[in-house]
Amino acid sequence: MKQFTYTIKDPLGIHARPAGQLAKLAKSFPDTTATLTKGEKTVKLSQLMMLMGLAVKKDTEVTVAVEGAAEEEAYKALLEFFEQNL
Amino acid sequence: MILMQGKGVSAGVEKGTLYFYQRTDATVTKTAADIETEKQRLADAQKKSIEQLEVLAEKARAEAGDESAILFETHSMFVEDEDYVDNIMSVLEAEQCNIEYAVQEAGKQFSAMFANMDDAYMQARAADVLDVTRRILNNLMGIVAGGIDSEEPVILAADDLAPSETVQLDKSKILAFATQGGSGNSHTAILARTMGIPAICGLGDSLKAEYAGRVAYIDGEVGRLVIEPDELTEKTFQDKYAKQAEMRRLLQTMKGQEDVTLDGKHINVYCNIGSPDDVAAVKSNDGQGVGLFRSEFLYLASNDYPTEDEQFEAYKTVASAMEGKRVIIRTLDIGADKQVDYFQLEKEENPAMGVRAIRICLNRPEVFRTQLRALYRASAYGKVAIMFPMITSVWELKECRRACKSVMQELAEEGIPFNPDTEIGIMIETPASVFIADELAKLCDFFSVGTNDLTQYTLACDRQCNDLGKFFDPHHPAVLRALKMAADAAHRNGIWIGICGELGADLSLLPTFLAMDLDELSVSPSSVLPLRAELRKSIAKTCDLKLLEC
Repeated sequence: MKQFTYTIKDPLGIHARPAGQLAKLAKSFPDTTATLTKGEKTVKLSQLMMLMGLAVKKDTEVTVAVEGAAEEEAYKALLEFFEQNL
Repeated sequence: MILMQGKGVSAGVEKGTLYFYQRTDATVTKTAADIETEKQRLADAQKKSIEQLEVLAEKARAEAGDESAILFETHSMFVEDEDYVDNIMSVLEAEQCNIEYAVQEAGKQFSAMFANMDDAYMQARAADVLDVTRRILNNLMGIVAGGIDSEEPVILAADDLAPSETVQLDKSKILAFATQGGSGNSHTAILARTMGIPAICGLGDSLKAEYAGRVAYIDGEVGRLVIEPDELTEKTFQDKYAKQAEMRRLLQTMKGQEDVTLDGKHINVYCNIGSPDDVAAVKSNDGQGVGLFRSEFLYLASNDYPTEDEQFEAYKTVASAMEGKRVIIRTLDIGADKQVDYFQLEKEENPAMGVRAIRICLNRPEVFRTQLRALYRASAYGKVAIMFPMITSVWELKECRRACKSVMQELAEEGIPFNPDTEIGIMIETPASVFIADELAKLCDFFSVGTNDLTQYTLACDRQCNDLGKFFDPHHPAVLRALKMAADAAHRNGIWIGICGELGADLSLLPTFLAMDLDELSVSPSSVLPLRAELRKSIAKTCDLKLLEC
């Protein structure tokens, strides 16, 4: 299991566009689950509606965790995605 | 006169017939069914929905840009969303009913989840969930959505319009949108703005179905829909309409055209902006770069110094949005006359000639360093240029360059990417800078003339003072001569010169600017196309410097 915490910088937070891209990205790693935690709530990145439903805004700190066969790759790719888009 | 007032969400004026959108109503009745059959039907409907959404995404991308297309791609993911589908399945298991009923229930629940969030953007997404649900239902029930039955373009009226409904509509038949519901965040609003047509939402019950077929006037800026206007309303409308028609004509003919004279002389036509929000206007007016990005909004917007990251985000947003076109960002240009209490500036008798702009930065190296770091970081994301305001001495420019070098060194050591070839320029807005322009030109990559302040300081006329009248002449030969001196110094030293002050958009001065061989004019976005039109009619060879004579 690998994880990182990240503070959202994008003024729009995790809105439809990046949420959709995250879900797609998360699904591309075989046998690996990626989750996002905001406060008490945790959702899988592939649960697009629930992810949007978290309403993650700018300046919110979230924790992204990956577990599974491709967790190294997934960790790197997800961290890069967050840094470049969120 | 029937006057309906709603929320204007996309500007523009049009006159047309009101046409109410016909939506084929899918009423769902609950019946008993075999679960396995229903699951298969759902799988088929999902597949069909996704195919349709992919086609819609393509169409939207071609007609209205990336943003609309991404919305359909998101819908496509909603169709297969785990929780959405799980919900449908549990209703199916629990009720042992037809799949239509299960889908409808799931749709209601998820849409309600979004509608109950206290974020306007998310609330608007509730409509997206309903749209996806309706699509799946239509596919299950074999229903095809309706179109516009009219020869002439119409003002399309509806209770509300879902994204997939708007994108399927024949755009050539739509003059404007008018809805009873909806919001500024709704897809209709976003689409209307992209298409550049008027739209009003939130008209409520005032938009009556019985008005179908009546001729209406719509003003998307003020949110008014009028039937049978009185004389005054009609006149206002006609004036606005004429102005709009002129702008549209210019847009049609001038967009994509080169900024070049009849005899082949090029001038860069850029835009002045005050915040990242203005970039949309730069693009829609076909500006070829940003000649002045005023960074003050960052400092004026808050109660404390903006952080490096906040600044970086703003500069990066503009740099990348301009896609490789030059973005000239001016370092903070405020003084005692502005409301920035946290700067704790001493009160001054003459703030226009006091500790302002670059003087504050040179007095407060930490503030300067933070801004420079943010600027250099942003330089990795586009073609950024840095510009220093209010320069009066060679030592100031040397000091600025030292600060830049130091910041670049820091970033290099920290392994943070930046462009080491970032252009550095200065504003020519003081008489001093004009007299020593030769020396200054040897130390920078470009000049940009702040004509408003240059005029003020050269003529000893307070630009805020309305009583000066005939003493304040923006076309004063002295100012034009100063401009020529700076231009000649720039060109002798192989650098380029432009104008970012208001004079840039003054078409009567264009011949003079051409005669001076200016390289760039940065104007407000709405002035780009008129300037281009004038430029393309001009012959640089025949332009003279008569206006410099007294």
